[in-house]
Amino acid sequence: MTLLPYLVAGWLFLIGVYGIVVSRDLIHTVGCLSVTQSSTYVLLLAVGYRDGGTAPVYADVPKDARVVDPVVQALTLTDVVVGATVTALLLALVIQLHKRHGTVDPDQLSALKG
Amino acid sequence: MNVARLLPLVVVVPLLGAAVLAAGGRRLPRVASDSVSVAFAAVSAVLAGAALLGGAHGDPYVVEWLGGWRPGPGGQGVGIVLAGDPLSLGLAAFASLLVVAVLLYSWRYFEEPPRRGSGSFPALMLIFQAGMCGFCLTGDLFNSFVFFELMGVVAYALTGFRVEERRPVQGALAFGIVNSLGGYAMLLGIALLYARTGELGFAQTGRRLDGQHPDALVLAAFVLVAAGLLVKAAAVPFHFWLPDAHAVAPTPVSMLLSGVMVELGVFGVARLYWTVFAGPGGLPQEAVGRALVAVGVVTALLGAAMSWRQRHLKRLLAFSTVAHIGLFLIGAGLLTAEGTAGTSLYVLAHGCVKAALFACTGILLDRYASVDERELHGKARELPLTGGLFVLGGLAVCGMPPFGTSLGKAVAEEAAGHTGHWLTAVFVLASAVTGGAVLRAGLRVFAGVGTRPEEVRRRTGAAGSADHTGQRSDRSDRTEDFATDADSTGDVGTRGDEPPETGGRLRRIPVTMLAVPAVLLAAALAAGIVPQWATATADAAQFFASHEGYESVVLDGVNPRPAPGPPAHWTAVGVLLGLLSTALGVGAALLGLRRRTPSEGTERLLRLPARLQSGHIGDYVAWTVAGVALLALLTAPGTHTFG
Repeated sequence: MTLLPYLVAGWLFLIGVYGIVVSRDLIHTVGCLSVTQSSTYVLLLAVGYRDGGTAPVYADVPKDARVVDPVVQALTLTDVVVGATVTALLLALVIQLHKRHGTVDPDQLSALKG
Repeated sequence: MNVARLLPLVVVVPLLGAAVLAAGGRRLPRVASDSVSVAFAAVSAVLAGAALLGGAHGDPYVVEWLGGWRPGPGGQGVGIVLAGDPLSLGLAAFASLLVVAVLLYSWRYFEEPPRRGSGSFPALMLIFQAGMCGFCLTGDLFNSFVFFELMGVVAYALTGFRVEERRPVQGALAFGIVNSLGGYAMLLGIALLYARTGELGFAQTGRRLDGQHPDALVLAAFVLVAAGLLVKAAAVPFHFWLPDAHAVAPTPVSMLLSGVMVELGVFGVARLYWTVFAGPGGLPQEAVGRALVAVGVVTALLGAAMSWRQRHLKRLLAFSTVAHIGLFLIGAGLLTAEGTAGTSLYVLAHGCVKAALFACTGILLDRYASVDERELHGKARELPLTGGLFVLGGLAVCGMPPFGTSLGKAVAEEAAGHTGHWLTAVFVLASAVTGGAVLRAGLRVFAGVGTRPEEVRRRTGAAGSADHTGQRSDRSDRTEDFATDADSTGDVGTRGDEPPETGGRLRRIPVTMLAVPAVLLAAALAAGIVPQWATATADAAQFFASHEGYESVVLDGVNPRPAPGPPAHWTAVGVLLGLLSTALGVGAALLGLRRRTPSEGTERLLRLPARLQSGHIGDYVAWTVAGVALLALLTAPGTHTFG
């Protein structure tokens, strides 16, 4: 077990947030949000990883085989579904935003202030 | 029949209703789809109420392992649990009842059904209800994340429901991105907890932590999960999305967002602390309490100040919600049963009052196509009933006895007074200022008190009052802005660009739109008057604020009987403080009406927080991340985590 996957997860989260903060294009913003979310996949899978473990499908391997944690894989899968929903909805909102405001640059949107 | 069996139904019934409406909504006439949605929402409310009452007569905790996957004797297992204690069941019932009220309110609201049939709005509302009830009742970390996101996604969609307009889509997008980021932070924290304990249930995780020494990982997990929940709760500095989203969401949606959804964030933090982190292996009470109270104080004061400076009624109410969230955080952050009891009562009454105020604002919007305080000056004199309800709501926000808001505030104040008397002052000040802002707006709009807008304009010139325009004179794209529009056109008769949400302007107020706020205010009054309410809340808080109790009931099936909580009732000091904050609120409102322009001093003071509210998603996200760091700094000292 190495530290690397945890560092990767932290890096992905921070770089995604950085992307959202400096973004000049809302589609790019939503993409960066997905990058941020992928840090959760990496972290979950790293948490459940076991050295030398195989996939937790007992049909193929002997009962006493070393397997990785199936719970985190189920969580990751759910997380992917949640992420797909959120991303789809946000992208739809961006398209609608472009239709109404004629821009996807957050710096040019100023209808909501103070 | 076992009442525990009802728990899954509380979540499933609204989902089923949403499915029915999504499938058949296009073919159903409007009346039918509205009735179906109200029926499903009401059934869920009744089920939650039945579980609550069943618990009151038998065991106070109602625990259901889904699919019968109970944990083994060692407490190990992969089952998922729904655990309803009186407080969470009460909150689920309250959320459901509010959904019923909101659905009745919107009965005549979107006069013309949306193009794609009349089922989509109530269907989304029902999914929202399912998400909120599930979030209240779940006893599992990952499920609470899923319900958190479910409520989030539906709320983004509902906020941007009027997609053909400019501002709702923008508010919904900011709401969506900031809240999703909060959700992912929460999930990271959950993954860390799972890494440490190998468990996902609140009770299991808590019990595992009990046997360990706290360290930096536990702290990091708490900070990440709490940050996610505080984003939902709109605590400073995570609050930026809330005014944007509330101001643009359709009125019935604002009623739910402000009335109950953001409060669920506070509930989530408290639930998480008590069930997972309150044991010896979690975090010390002082550290968590200090962090929550500090965030709460800043939130209450900033929210109150920002609310005072708004003239857009929906934004005013939204910032007032931010201020109250601060008070709830202080109450919950005291980490005592008494503070929890006061906060719960306050949350219930505040939800009713805030929903009623939004409902009245919705009537204004549909009749005058504007929610601008100055523009509506005196216009609504012809609506004495709505005006009366609005002013009553303002007094309730101030904390006037005998409203439930006042009782809850008094109990929380008393609990806070044990920690420091200055906290009591924060309660009085925040409720007086927010209530004063509502009263000022109410008197101006419904009674025509104060300076007429033309006069203000003449005095201050076309640049308008410093309210909205001063801060953005550096911007070239002023036409984008609704406040500037209203000011610089110079014609009071010109409406703002607020489109009414009904098909056309309302001529007559539908009876449902008036009855709903009236009933909600009556409920807020009842929460203060009926003593059984207060007693039940105090007992519920006692169950809620018990770490060992929760573990033993969920894992061992032993229903604990803690001593009844300290009774929550009116005290002379509480009544006097309530009267004081009401008097201060009324005074502030009258002062605000006399003033022609906001004074230079307050304006300078508030320029910075106002400028931060920039509408720029990048700024909001930067603040959210800064907030996570701040929360870690507030929680870390004294936790002995690095020893």
